[in-house]
Amino acid sequence: MASISQKEVEHVAQLARLELAEAEKARFAEQLSHILTYVDHLQAVSTEGVPPTASVASEETGLREDTPRECLPLDKALANAPESHDGFFVVPKILGK
Amino acid sequence: MSLFKLTLKELQDKFTAGEVTAVEIARSYLLRLNQVEPKIKAYITLTPKETLLQQAKAIDDGLLAWRKTQPMMAMPLGIKDNICTEGIRTTCGSRMLQNFVPPYNASVMESLRPHQPLILGKTNLDEFAMGSSTEHSAFGPSRNPWNQKFIPGGSSGGSAAAVAADECVAALGSDTGGSIRQPAACCGVVGFKPTYGRVSRYGLIAFASSLDQIGPITKTVTDAAILLNVIAGFDPMDSTSANREVPDFTKAVKKKDVKKLIIGVPQEYFSEGLDPEVFESVQAAIQVLQELGGKIQEVTLPSTERAIATYYLLATAEASSNLARYDGVKYGFRAKESRELAEMYRSTRSQGFGPEVKRRIMLGTYALSAGYYEAYYGKAQAVRTLIQRDFDAVFQEVDLLVSPVMPTTAFQLGERLEDPLQMYLSDIYTIPASLAGLPAISVPCGFSTMGLPIGLQMVGRRFEESIVLRAAYAYEQATNWRTKRPVIRS
Repeated sequence: MASISQKEVEHVAQLARLELAEAEKARFAEQLSHILTYVDHLQAVSTEGVPPTASVASEETGLREDTPRECLPLDKALANAPESHDGFFVVPKILGK
Repeated sequence: MSLFKLTLKELQDKFTAGEVTAVEIARSYLLRLNQVEPKIKAYITLTPKETLLQQAKAIDDGLLAWRKTQPMMAMPLGIKDNICTEGIRTTCGSRMLQNFVPPYNASVMESLRPHQPLILGKTNLDEFAMGSSTEHSAFGPSRNPWNQKFIPGGSSGGSAAAVAADECVAALGSDTGGSIRQPAACCGVVGFKPTYGRVSRYGLIAFASSLDQIGPITKTVTDAAILLNVIAGFDPMDSTSANREVPDFTKAVKKKDVKKLIIGVPQEYFSEGLDPEVFESVQAAIQVLQELGGKIQEVTLPSTERAIATYYLLATAEASSNLARYDGVKYGFRAKESRELAEMYRSTRSQGFGPEVKRRIMLGTYALSAGYYEAYYGKAQAVRTLIQRDFDAVFQEVDLLVSPVMPTTAFQLGERLEDPLQMYLSDIYTIPASLAGLPAISVPCGFSTMGLPIGLQMVGRRFEESIVLRAAYAYEQATNWRTKRPVIRS
């Protein structure tokens, strides 16, 4: 049985920028172990020499000329911002104290 | 007869003939919404009554001047709330986007716009389309119109419930692993996932980009063809959009037979876990297709049993990447009182996402993380190739595949909420076609003894939507299921 420890849950949560309560950590450790045990049967499939599929799109990724076009006006781009000032997005300070 | 009972085709014909006005249509649906929406909860956001009546009046006034109608003109539609609608709040069923008002339209909305449809509102879904029941919506679950103790399916459960309850004439949904077909089956309506690339994904809020596809949920197969005609086609804004000609899909819904079609029945889709009532209904449907001139052939898709594991690794990996954008900076929810940026990211995401979304982000991040990437994500990508090869081989022999849509009928609200894996397993018959990007439809094919609808799935070759529609139409016309409507006591 595949198992994922509470410590691993904490590590993955950190990678995903999620903060989990203690109860959540325990629940995720159990549920993710359960799911990973299920998906483990894929390991039994022989895929030697089988190329990976990233997309089933039939065409080549469409390339276009890099010509400037009209973009979203500033007021519209900022309209949904939690905080903005003078045409900028405002965020809490980035560097520690 | 009440206008809200009509199909899209019937309402269209009446409107085009000038027998009804847009205002009459709007009034009829406003009345209906008033009656049943408090019970069904199909919508997250409803268009205000005055706005809708104004739009309807503008359509009628415009027609007086130049009597030129468009196919979708004045047609009352429900739009899944993960499709961006300019100026109309688009929540994705999440607290994260609770107050998000898109500054632009999804391409499908731009395609509809010149037709002047009546957009009745934005329909409910599992948060970020992750789920099979709408129970993961931050706005509460929708109800199955056939029995309100049961789920309407998901993630496009609001769209399917709205169509089944006559709360719109047709709706748009999106399908990543079955999110159009499964709710359509649960609610006894038609749901059609087109070929990946047939309909632009621009403005569809991304869940798993290599799988997501927008499609119609309607009362009949003809209606699905009509709506698909409007939304299909190449879009330079979506790099995975297919640059190929779009046939007139309504031409596929004329013939009432399936002569010369070879119809494959994949044995893996009738294995253990399939409810006996669903099995019987689907067997009876296959019999009907045979009587309509189809040649039935048993086939095998050996990689089917690998599909769920493959899907839940790939879809969650893509989701963990796609949902990284919700950081509380440019739009959406931001947690209050963070002193520094990293803390703000964590608090915002922890408070903004619900449990299922967090679970999938966690699983996807794990599958992509150093040390596990090859074993999980890489492996799943290779198995996806094998699943596609299965279909390629089978479609050398047959024109179409038929199967159940899901192993059971709709389950009860709350029944699978505590067991995520059990919930995932209900997608077993819809996921393979998603992984291979194939067009697939769900049409009603019966009812359980409890009175819950059963769906028949038909899957075609890439870009052969017309064959799928033709067979679905022939089957629909040979049976009476579409005439049964749920009774919603008000």
